[in-house]
Amino acid sequence: MKNIIDLKNISKIYTTEAGKTIALDNVSFNVKTGEFVAIMGPSGSGKSTLMHILGAIDIPTSGTYLLDGENVENLDDDQLADIRNRKIGFVFQAFNLLPRTTVLQNVILPMKYGNVPEENREPIAKKFLTLVGLQDRLSHTSNQISGGQQQRVAIARALVMNPAIILADEPTGNIASSQAEEVMAIFQKLNDDGHTIIMITHEPDIAQHSKRIIILKDGQIVSDQLNYQYRI
Amino acid sequence: MKFFAEIIKDGFLTLKLNKMRTGLAILGIVIGIGSVIALMSIGEASKKSVQNQIQSLGANLLTISPGSQSQGMVRGAAGGRTTLTSEDASALEAKKFSAIKTVSPEYSSRTQVISSQSNTNTQVYGVTQNYQTVHKVTLSSGQFISENDLTANSKVAVLGPTVVEDLFGDSSFNPIGQSIKINGQSFQVIGVTKAKGGSGMSNQDDQIYIPLSVAQKQVFGVKYLSAISLEAISQEEMTRAMNQAGYFLLERHKITDTTKADFTIRSQADIMSAMTSVSGTLTGLLSGVAAISLIVGGIGIMNIMLVTVTERTREIGLRKALGAKKKAIIYQFLVESVILTFSGGMIGILAGILTAFVYAQLNSSLFAISVSSIFLAFFVSVAIGIVFGWYPAKRASALQPIEALRYE
Repeated sequence: MKNIIDLKNISKIYTTEAGKTIALDNVSFNVKTGEFVAIMGPSGSGKSTLMHILGAIDIPTSGTYLLDGENVENLDDDQLADIRNRKIGFVFQAFNLLPRTTVLQNVILPMKYGNVPEENREPIAKKFLTLVGLQDRLSHTSNQISGGQQQRVAIARALVMNPAIILADEPTGNIASSQAEEVMAIFQKLNDDGHTIIMITHEPDIAQHSKRIIILKDGQIVSDQLNYQYRI
Repeated sequence: MKFFAEIIKDGFLTLKLNKMRTGLAILGIVIGIGSVIALMSIGEASKKSVQNQIQSLGANLLTISPGSQSQGMVRGAAGGRTTLTSEDASALEAKKFSAIKTVSPEYSSRTQVISSQSNTNTQVYGVTQNYQTVHKVTLSSGQFISENDLTANSKVAVLGPTVVEDLFGDSSFNPIGQSIKINGQSFQVIGVTKAKGGSGMSNQDDQIYIPLSVAQKQVFGVKYLSAISLEAISQEEMTRAMNQAGYFLLERHKITDTTKADFTIRSQADIMSAMTSVSGTLTGLLSGVAAISLIVGGIGIMNIMLVTVTERTREIGLRKALGAKKKAIIYQFLVESVILTFSGGMIGILAGILTAFVYAQLNSSLFAISVSSIFLAFFVSVAIGIVFGWYPAKRASALQPIEALRYE
């Protein structure tokens, strides 16, 4: 299997007036196509920083990062934007849908920035909204639907550009546990269909949906194991 | 183009979501553009009305008056006022210059006029039959001074409506056939001119016309003229007519140095420009005030846009995370600000026209729209959107997606 993510000796050091803070310390790991990885760790362990670097919304202080074969070093803002658009599907803890905008328009948004021909956008968006079970909520605005539904919209939005990887940052952190199961079921289905997923979570039972669990502590990987209790 | 069509559509949607703020933001532009349009339209209308008034005095009119323009302080001397004679006028007419259509010699003076009922002090004009065509005099009844009246030295008079009112107590009174005394001599009224309006020095309704020969020889005892009016054959030929008459008179008066000319020729254009320059200055001044309010409106837009950028930090971060490039964000915010100023400008144009219209109705004056000001307002409002939208847009585009997503 091909490496989708190839991290080598990644460090991230924040320099503030109070001094240097090492958020990531020499982190290296690979993720192959079709994996479902959960990244866990206590708060302050560097998992959010790692997520930002994986998502190309932040750049490491040192180390190399190959995303789907492309080097994400020395890229300017616009080039990073382009990488994010084509390679990464984000699912945020706070959903981050455009307020007072319809479900359909929210899902279409990445395609506007990705130069997808206008006539293709709606069919693609509808296809993925059907996949997450929201085909009859197309013209609802984002504040008219439940948290779980909002997260499903966000998942559909993450899928429309056919990204190499889906990055989910505490995807169930803001939704009721009954709906969390629905969302996780979608992630598992996507993984079964061949999508590569990296998910950050601090909830062990959510992590159980993944096939591999990486645990961070103080900016270092302390454990990287296959999850044999992977629920089928 | 499609790219922009989409951004514009999105911009409208976003602005629609926040109607109150959008409305307040464009208010400044509405007021600024509206006052510019209103002021310029009112200025345009007053310019037009001055033009109409001057046109009504006689189109293509040139006035030769005695005395020099360049003599400055000495100019007022009475002796200098006698340089134009009836002979000058007849010679000018006899020459049949190609650019000159009609020559009207005139002598005028203020004097006492008495009727059987009342008396008044008014301007009496000694004129020939040509006066009527050159100055576009129309009669409400009777007839004007004829060639016969001149050769026969008939003591006949044509009255303006104001004079009729002053002398007979009622402007609707028909005075034809009545006898009046001008400077002690009896005249028979043969016509009344139509009311033209106007005021002050140029009130043509407060005038009496009598034959020039009678005025010069019998009433005032002078040999000279107070003016010769010329009608050029067209507006374009005014300058040529001016030159033809001017050089002819210089030669007749044996003057070689044009700066020492003992007469002055003025065209309607000169008088018009003097009159319009006053209203022009006023319009300019008021437009300046309006321009300041436009700048204030622009700063208001910038303020609102900056607030918007801060408020929408998360949204901007999200858009960037999803792949929006700097340009896309800049355009998004620029387009929003241009939509604000542009729609403010459009509403302002309508409001300005409406104001000018209401003003015209209230003052029963002319209503005219200054077309140039509409184009100006159109471009200015767009320009304001770009200029004052630029900084907030730039700031939005510089936001890092990570900062934006963290922002609460």
